[in-house]
Amino acid sequence: MNSFSYLRVNSTREALNAVAADSGASFIAGGTNLIDLWKYDLSHPDLLIDLNQVDDLKALKSTGTGGVRLGALLSNADTAYHPVIESRYPLLSKAILAGASAQIRNMATNGGNLLQRTRCYYFYDANSPCNKRSPGSGCSALKGYNRIHAILGASEECIAVFPSDMCVGLAALGAVINIVGPNGDRRIPFADFHRLPGDRPDIDNTLKKGELITSIDLPAKGFEKNYSYLKLRDRHSYAFALVSVATGLELEGEIIKDARIALGGVSHKPWRVPEAEDLLRGKAVTPENFAQAADLILQGAKGYKYNQFKIELAKRAIVRNCMMALDPSTQRPGAQPSL
Amino acid sequence: MSVKPSVGQPVSRLEGRQKVTGTAKYAAEYNVPGLLYGYVVSSTIPKGKILNIDISGAKALEGVVEVLTHQNRPKLAWFDLQYADMDAPPGTVFKPLHDDEIKFNGQPIALVVATDFETARYAATLIKVDYQQEGFETCINNSLHKARDAKKGLATVLKPPPPKPEGDFKKAYEAAPFKVDTEYRHSPEHHNPIELFATTTVFEGEGKLTIYDKTQGTINNQVFIANVFGLQYKNVRVLAPFVGGAFGSGLRPQYQLFLSVMAALHLKRNVRVTLDRQQMFSLGHRPQNIQRLKFAANESGQLTAMQHSAFVETSSYEDYTEVISSWSHRLYPSKNTLFEYKVVPLDLSTPIDMRAPGGSTAMHAIECTMDQLAYKLNVDPLELRLRNYAEIDPSTKKPFTSKALRECYQQAAERFGWNKRNPQPASMPRGNKLVGYGMATGVWDAYQFPSRVEAMITAEGKLVVNNAVTDIGTGTFTVMTQIAADEFGLSIEDVTFNYGDSKKPFSMFQGGSSMTSSTGVAIVIAAKALKEKMLKKAKGIKGSPLAAASEKEVVFANGRISLRSDPSVFISFEAIVAANKGQAIKTTNMGKPHALKLRKYSKMTHSASFVEVEVDKELKIITVTRAVTAVAAGKIINPKTARSQISGSMIWGISKALHEESIVDETLGKYVNPNLGEYHIPTHADVNQLEVIFADEKDELINELGVKGVGEIGLVAMPAAIANAVFHATGKRITKLPIHFDELLE
Repeated sequence: MNSFSYLRVNSTREALNAVAADSGASFIAGGTNLIDLWKYDLSHPDLLIDLNQVDDLKALKSTGTGGVRLGALLSNADTAYHPVIESRYPLLSKAILAGASAQIRNMATNGGNLLQRTRCYYFYDANSPCNKRSPGSGCSALKGYNRIHAILGASEECIAVFPSDMCVGLAALGAVINIVGPNGDRRIPFADFHRLPGDRPDIDNTLKKGELITSIDLPAKGFEKNYSYLKLRDRHSYAFALVSVATGLELEGEIIKDARIALGGVSHKPWRVPEAEDLLRGKAVTPENFAQAADLILQGAKGYKYNQFKIELAKRAIVRNCMMALDPSTQRPGAQPSL
Repeated sequence: MSVKPSVGQPVSRLEGRQKVTGTAKYAAEYNVPGLLYGYVVSSTIPKGKILNIDISGAKALEGVVEVLTHQNRPKLAWFDLQYADMDAPPGTVFKPLHDDEIKFNGQPIALVVATDFETARYAATLIKVDYQQEGFETCINNSLHKARDAKKGLATVLKPPPPKPEGDFKKAYEAAPFKVDTEYRHSPEHHNPIELFATTTVFEGEGKLTIYDKTQGTINNQVFIANVFGLQYKNVRVLAPFVGGAFGSGLRPQYQLFLSVMAALHLKRNVRVTLDRQQMFSLGHRPQNIQRLKFAANESGQLTAMQHSAFVETSSYEDYTEVISSWSHRLYPSKNTLFEYKVVPLDLSTPIDMRAPGGSTAMHAIECTMDQLAYKLNVDPLELRLRNYAEIDPSTKKPFTSKALRECYQQAAERFGWNKRNPQPASMPRGNKLVGYGMATGVWDAYQFPSRVEAMITAEGKLVVNNAVTDIGTGTFTVMTQIAADEFGLSIEDVTFNYGDSKKPFSMFQGGSSMTSSTGVAIVIAAKALKEKMLKKAKGIKGSPLAAASEKEVVFANGRISLRSDPSVFISFEAIVAANKGQAIKTTNMGKPHALKLRKYSKMTHSASFVEVEVDKELKIITVTRAVTAVAAGKIINPKTARSQISGSMIWGISKALHEESIVDETLGKYVNPNLGEYHIPTHADVNQLEVIFADEKDELINELGVKGVGEIGLVAMPAAIANAVFHATGKRITKLPIHFDELLE
């Protein structure tokens, strides 16, 4: 039988000690992706360190600098429906609720959401070449069925996309990730957490072996007045994004003071282009201006046989979502397009 | 007071409570003593040979009882014919673990049997296989040069090849003022019933088995197992009391049944084999296909020429076919026709019937072609159908036993508000969306198969009815109980219908929307015989008040036989059975179609679907906002279960039009989305307003009950209606299914 040990820990210290002592150990929180990977024979932890009793990771509290700190063990559902998140960071709430299903969101945690693996078909099929799963074996998606794959920041080694919706919201907000580890605590800006595949597609992010995410800091500015999350996919619920967009705008009348635009479903990480946001500052909220920003965001985009459409679709989605952000009351369930 | 007739009442499923409370037991839930668990090892290449298969690691594992491969399996029947089940297409049936040859990806190549499931599954990962891979082809687009006529066989009876050409198609088409020429392509689909395929085989002693199986045909599988393993029919009992959906995938015995029985006989133990979701993608499926249609019409919109050429996937070893090319001529008259059907063998498992096989495939293409023709002619699409309405079956020139399609069109169009449609494409905006209206016609066969029913009145005066038929979730159990109850004037609580058991009298497998007519009619026939027998017994009782009564003068109701003229004169069922020394009075009878009489008629169900879609102007996201389907299927026994069949089919229509596909990677020769996360079917968010109308259709010719069948007809018209609505919304005609919204981006 596929045997493994199980250890329940009560503190982050215990967790770190346990993981340091066993190179085959894996943390488990909600398990919504880990168990899949295990069943598919892609993950073989010999020790499961269950974090669910570490109560201080479940809090939602103030950062002390005007922002909000989300515990890594807080569930996606509890986060999305928390009154503070609904009122101050509705963009994050909508992004979370656009993902997965109610059942999965009830189990999945914020820390785990950041660490989920790609949903590339070939990654999950242990018998297909995949550089992310077995480095050096090749990329089946490159010449395979790549409808759901990347158009930005991909490499010849890997064109997988990072599947999270929540993270697209966090990227737009400019969250910071708090990490503890054997070599001390670290804070990683969201943009630096996930990485592009390059020649090491097996590495999804910059979290190091033995480290643990404890919380996610949301900055003071939540774009609660003008925000929108739009998710385009092959059915209206329970499907990963072909293209998703998170937009937060700060306005003075018709003029943009600050703008955030992050794309999901198009790259190995949530995609943000600061130059495009800079371009919008001081401009009026017109579709033309948003289209200019969209062109900048999609600069360098490269499509493959089955996903060329994503480039044009992403541009249109950006413009639409920015227009939707002008009146967030138009938001529809499942982040479907409105207006 | 007499019991209210139950037929026509919306009776809730009798087993509904068991199903929703989890007490209904499925094939993989029979925990018999000493049960062993089998796990299937699947091939990871599409074509080639097994050079070496190393089972030593798996066998060495504690808890592993046996590993069976083609090298060490027990000897089996070697005549191909012995493997041919009642639904086997012409060709050489696939025999699991037969030899070293790999014919499709995911082919079962070994069975691990262990004392628990987890050990079996883990041991399977320790089996090392070396292959010699050969060139393969899994995509119909690249294999059209291999297209050929299908071999003929037993299956050809139900699935005849297309009829010979009539008139001169080429000349008529070329001369016609209005014509359409379009190619349609469909991705393969898998049935994906929620219940995984599973078999629990109970070893009852030498040569004797009780088998709990997921199947649509208990007797089909009983006969198959007896033939293949050389057992006596009477010693093989196949039970399927509950089936968690099948949709055609359970028409043929699947390989988990074969493997479970092989292991049970070999080890003389009870063995269960369950497939996982990925392995279910190695079973049959709805085939990939390419269809070319050329329709022509004269100035008044009458069809003058129709060509329908279908190129349809089959496997390398069996010639599976569907009826595709000939449907248009069962609906629309045309003097010049050209129908072709070619199989294209690919290195995939043999396709198998999937809800409305052929019909839903063909009618998408036919009804989209009609829609295009309507635009060419500048005629309303519904009006075009009415101008080509066939009063007799144009393909056979025979009258229909009944055909209320006109009523379907009228009632559904009115309910839908079809008259509010602006024919101009992209002319009906709603905010940032374009609204489209589309309609299409559905047609399906009204089958009836022979079925045998045992009926008896027990000492308690209750009615027991026995038949081997399954209930795959359609409501068969409930409907049969209703039919039987009415025959004897009993309430359904006083009727027991035993089914899903090969020990019961014969039923065909549950397919083709045929069970209500097949077993339902057999119940009527058996009930008639039983009533005669009961009356005879009643008359024979000493001092019987019914001694002089004829059949016409009595009524069976409320557990009694009473005089029609004076209901106070009666004998109770209990008294009659008591007079029979307490022995139940029983009879077994065959119900079968009136073949001779019906040879003069065409027997079909019809439907019409009207659909509204919204398409986002820039993003092209498609939503089916509402749909109305009207069905003409003879008498509706249970409007509740029938409605569920139709609305479920309509949702499947949304799925087929917009979501569902098994994606084949041509380089790897495999399906890449074999799970319910990536194999998209509609979610609640994709299903909005659905309405079902049953048109009144009295059919006194078709059978004793006047019923046709509602299992499939609800699906047939939907995909075309949706595709036509998408065209109407956008002006863009997408001829490939499923429609990907991005294909609408300019």
